[in-house]
Amino acid sequence: MSTGAQLVNLVAGVCFILALKGLSSPKTARRGNLLGAAGAALAIIVVFSTGADFQRVPLIVIALLIGSVIGWIAARRVQMTQMPQLVALFNGVGGGAAALIAVIEFTSAGATESTVAVVATVLTVLIGCVSFTGSIVTFLKLQELMTTAPVVLPAGRLITSAVAAGSVASAVVLIGSPSTIMLAILCLFSLTLGVLFVLPVGGADVPIVISLLNAFTGLSVAASGYVLENVLLIIAGTLVGASGTLLTQLMAEAMGRPITNTLFGAFKASTATAAGSGEERPYRSSSAQDVAIMLGYAQKVIIVPGYGLAVAQAQNTIRELVDLLTERGIQVEYAIHPVAGRMPGHMNVLLAEANVPYEQLKEMDEVNPEFSTTDVALVVGANDVVNPAAREDKTAPIYGMPILDVDQARQVVFLKRSMRPGFAGIENDLLFQPQTSLLFGDAKDSLTKVVAAVKGL
Amino acid sequence: MSTDLALLTIFVLSVFVGIEVISKVSSMLHTPLMSGANAIHGIVLVGAISVTGTASGFAVVLGVIAIVMSSINLVGGFVVTDRMLEMFAGRKPAKKSDQGGDA
Repeated sequence: MSTGAQLVNLVAGVCFILALKGLSSPKTARRGNLLGAAGAALAIIVVFSTGADFQRVPLIVIALLIGSVIGWIAARRVQMTQMPQLVALFNGVGGGAAALIAVIEFTSAGATESTVAVVATVLTVLIGCVSFTGSIVTFLKLQELMTTAPVVLPAGRLITSAVAAGSVASAVVLIGSPSTIMLAILCLFSLTLGVLFVLPVGGADVPIVISLLNAFTGLSVAASGYVLENVLLIIAGTLVGASGTLLTQLMAEAMGRPITNTLFGAFKASTATAAGSGEERPYRSSSAQDVAIMLGYAQKVIIVPGYGLAVAQAQNTIRELVDLLTERGIQVEYAIHPVAGRMPGHMNVLLAEANVPYEQLKEMDEVNPEFSTTDVALVVGANDVVNPAAREDKTAPIYGMPILDVDQARQVVFLKRSMRPGFAGIENDLLFQPQTSLLFGDAKDSLTKVVAAVKGL
Repeated sequence: MSTDLALLTIFVLSVFVGIEVISKVSSMLHTPLMSGANAIHGIVLVGAISVTGTASGFAVVLGVIAIVMSSINLVGGFVVTDRMLEMFAGRKPAKKSDQGGDA
């Protein structure tokens, strides 16, 4: 690689660092992202000039354009509610690409590779394949193309351990005596491992898995940088690997439990007991008119938005309701749980889309002490993040997750489609409490009716 | 061996930089940050292009697949992150006051 090209790669590397730095603050985030994109563009232009023996440029450009158009369209068309799936998918193809690159380089250089290069190849293929199939299973879960509940195979742990051991064994053999057949076996083992790794993860923990797989792909890309002796890939991959790991940890903290718990199945044993109890308990359902009266004559209302709000595309309707209540002199705030939605920070994105002003959004620690002085807590399409079982019931799968203390408000109103439990599949005791009323129906329809009723007060 | 050591040095230092740059991120930005980091590892496209340029036989097919996959990752990632951040940036005055409370 020429000195010029290496310098450009250095510039691109710096762009990526600044991009991540920028993304950590709302003021600089957009600029940071654009800077990252500029660095990437620069590096791609330069790669075409790196070798005299460079062939098939038209073919490469066509492939590049096809991928770019697919990525562009997907990114433009996706609804904000589907963001986690899209990130999982993008992450998967990235990991897959890194694995493929290592395979290509290995088959063309073969036994002439140095041991360091073979080790790097093995790591790239192993991590890249796990990330690829893991992300695809994650996508299927989030898109609800398969069950969102944890899938526990009989002797699942044993199978997973066996496959993991198989991956490691084939990796060791491969490093000892490089051969294409062994590489193929390693691929098969790691692709299977990715599937087995994500299957037992419960719905509510999927966001953490996306973040972890994102870090995996980063590491895989960094390892592929060793294979190709490309400094930019090492820098970019490592940055994402390190920051992704930290981000995963921050999210696991927001969920209130260690990351190992998430991955190795705290949800397994107890899901059945939690979902089974209380099937026929009485609850109080109410009408839009009742809810309107409760809200219209309250002094202080806290709205707890969840993923159900976004699925129903009711962000704008809820804002209309809040505007109406504010006009009546009522103090209204939104309480945002850090993992509301299906990805940490997802709810902020969804409400930003509906132009809800920031000053009305309160984070969990800030808003929790206020529930005891709140007249009505209106929970729209959220469930697990307000489930008191997380605080009280040691056997509950979500025990230990910090929640919004909605149960301390004088009255609680749930807008729900049905009595079906939330994404994590856990029964919510709060639904059966005397201070709770339920308004069934699609969140948008219900809210529209409530808005009309409030106007008529 | 010195090349390997140099690459190892870059790797280790990048780990620290990666941890340092996002250590103070607010949970509000977790989604765009994850999506932005996701876009950055799409730079593996550079590797896909360079191996395809020198590959032969069946490896070319694999290379083309790798290019398509990684460009989806790279382009899609940056575009979708920008779309999200555009919405955040839409309300400047509101954001300012939030900033004050955050820092």
